[in-house]
Amino acid sequence: MMNNSEEPAIRASGLVVARGGRTVLDGLGFSVPRGRITGLLGPSGCGKSTLIRSIVGTQAHVTGTLDVLGRPAGDSALRRCVGYVTQEPSVYDDLTVQQNLTYFAAVLGVPRTGVDRALTEVDLTSHAASLAGNLSGGQRSRVSLAVALLGEPELLVLDEPTVGLDPVLRRDLWNLFHRLAADRGTTLLVSSHVMDEAERCHRLLLMREGRILADDTPDGLRARTGSATVEAAFLHLVDQAKSIEGAHQ
Amino acid sequence: MNACPSRATAVRGKGFAPSLIRTRATAGRVLLQLRHDPRTIALMLVVPCLLLALLSWVYDSSPQTFDSVGASLLGIFPLITMFLVTSIATLRERSSGTLERLLSMPLGKGDLLAGYAIAFGAVAVLQAFLATGLAVFVLGLDVTGSPWLLLLVALADAFLGTALGLFVSAFAASEFQAVQFMPAVILPQTLVCGLLVPRDRMQPVLKAVSDVLPLSYAVDGMKEVLHHTGVTGAFIGDLAVIAASALLALALGAATLRRRTP
Repeated sequence: MMNNSEEPAIRASGLVVARGGRTVLDGLGFSVPRGRITGLLGPSGCGKSTLIRSIVGTQAHVTGTLDVLGRPAGDSALRRCVGYVTQEPSVYDDLTVQQNLTYFAAVLGVPRTGVDRALTEVDLTSHAASLAGNLSGGQRSRVSLAVALLGEPELLVLDEPTVGLDPVLRRDLWNLFHRLAADRGTTLLVSSHVMDEAERCHRLLLMREGRILADDTPDGLRARTGSATVEAAFLHLVDQAKSIEGAHQ
Repeated sequence: MNACPSRATAVRGKGFAPSLIRTRATAGRVLLQLRHDPRTIALMLVVPCLLLALLSWVYDSSPQTFDSVGASLLGIFPLITMFLVTSIATLRERSSGTLERLLSMPLGKGDLLAGYAIAFGAVAVLQAFLATGLAVFVLGLDVTGSPWLLLLVALADAFLGTALGLFVSAFAASEFQAVQFMPAVILPQTLVCGLLVPRDRMQPVLKAVSDVLPLSYAVDGMKEVLHHTGVTGAFIGDLAVIAASALLALALGAATLRRRTP
C-alpha cells in the first residue's frame, strides 16, 4: 500500500529458529528495504536457507518477530505476494516447461499472458515444449524462477539462484533481477555463497553461524573494513568475530 | 503500486477452502503427468486384466471358485494399483519440492487432495470398467447381481486405495519405503479379508481384526453382488464403511500436508 512504502519489506527482531534441538538462527534482527536487491551471503550451513524458509512461511518453530510486507511471515494473504525459488528447482520433471507454468499460473490465478511473459523473462521461450526433466540444470532452475515470476510478486526470495550457471547466464539473471527492482519495484532477497555476486546487490546481509555479521551496502562494508572487495570484508569480519569468541573462551 | 496484502484479502486463502479452478487444474496436471508416462498407464490398465485372465485359467476346473475369488479380486486390484500410484506420486511431490512450493502459494490442501483423487479416480474408472467387463463378459464370471454394482464397489475401493496411499506417503522417506508399504499395509488385509478363507470361519481374534480392516468390506460387498439380485442393505453398509474409511484416511492424509515443516 502507498502509505507503508517507507516501511521495510522484511523486518525481523529477536528471530530464533530451532531445528532438531539445535538453534539455527540465533536472535536475528535486520530489515530489508523495499524495491531493492538485498544479498544474503554467508558460507554453506550458516542458516541462509532456514532464514529464507522462515520468510516465505514454510519453516516450522519460528519465534520472535518476522514481518513480511507488513504482515507476519507465512500469513495466508502473503501467498500471492511472495515469490519463492528454492535451491533445488521445484518443477515437475515429467511436464513440459509450458505445462509447468500453465499449472502454477492456474494455482496463482494468473492469466495465460503471464506464462508467456515469464518464459520471455527467463529466456526459455524456445524450450517451452521441452520436458523439464530433459533440460540442463541451469535451464531447470530458470523454469523454477519463471514459476516464481508468474504472479509478479512484490517480494521475490531466491535461494542460491545462480548455482551451476555459466557466467553468461549468471550475468543475464542479475540483469533481470535489476530490471525487476527498477521497473516493477520488486523487492529481491537473493542468497548466495559466491561473494562476487555481492557486488551486484544494493544491500548486503552477511551471515555466519546463525547470526548477522553485517547489514550494510557493499560500499559501506568495504569502507568500514578497509577492504578492496566484499569477499575480503567478509573474511575480515569473520576473523574479527572469531577473535572475539576466542577472547571470551 | 502493487498493493499486495490488501489485494490478497479480497480472495480468501483458507487452508481447506476449495476452489474449482485450482482443483481442476491440479487434476489436469496429474493426468498430464500420467500421459507423459504411457507405460505406467498401460501397466495400470492391462495388468489387472491379465491377472484376472490368469486366474480364470487357474480355476479352469472349478468355475464357482473363480466366481468367488474373481469377484473379490475385482475389488482388491483397484485398491492396490491406486495405493501404489498415489503413494509414489505424493512422495515425489514431497521430495521434489513442488509440494512446498504449492503450499507456499494460494492452493488449499483440499484442492490438492481433490485434484489427485479426481485424476486417479478417472484412471480407476477406466481400470474398473476394463477389469469388470473382461471378467463378466469374456471370462464368464457369474454374478447374480448387476455388474454395475461390482463396478461401484471397485470404484469405492480405488478411492480407498488413493486415500491410503496418500496417508502412507507421509511416512515414507524414499520410493523404496513407499513400495514396501504395500506389503505392509495391503497384504495383511488381503490375507484376512475373506479372500482365502470366509471371514466367519476364521479364528475369532482374526475375525475381529478383519472386522476393523476396510478391505474386508470390499470383499463382503463383492460377495453380496455375487449372491443377491438388487441392492441389499448389507451391500449399502459395506459401501458406506469403505467410503467412510477412505474419507478418514483422506483427512489423516490432509493432516500430514503441512505448510510449515521443521
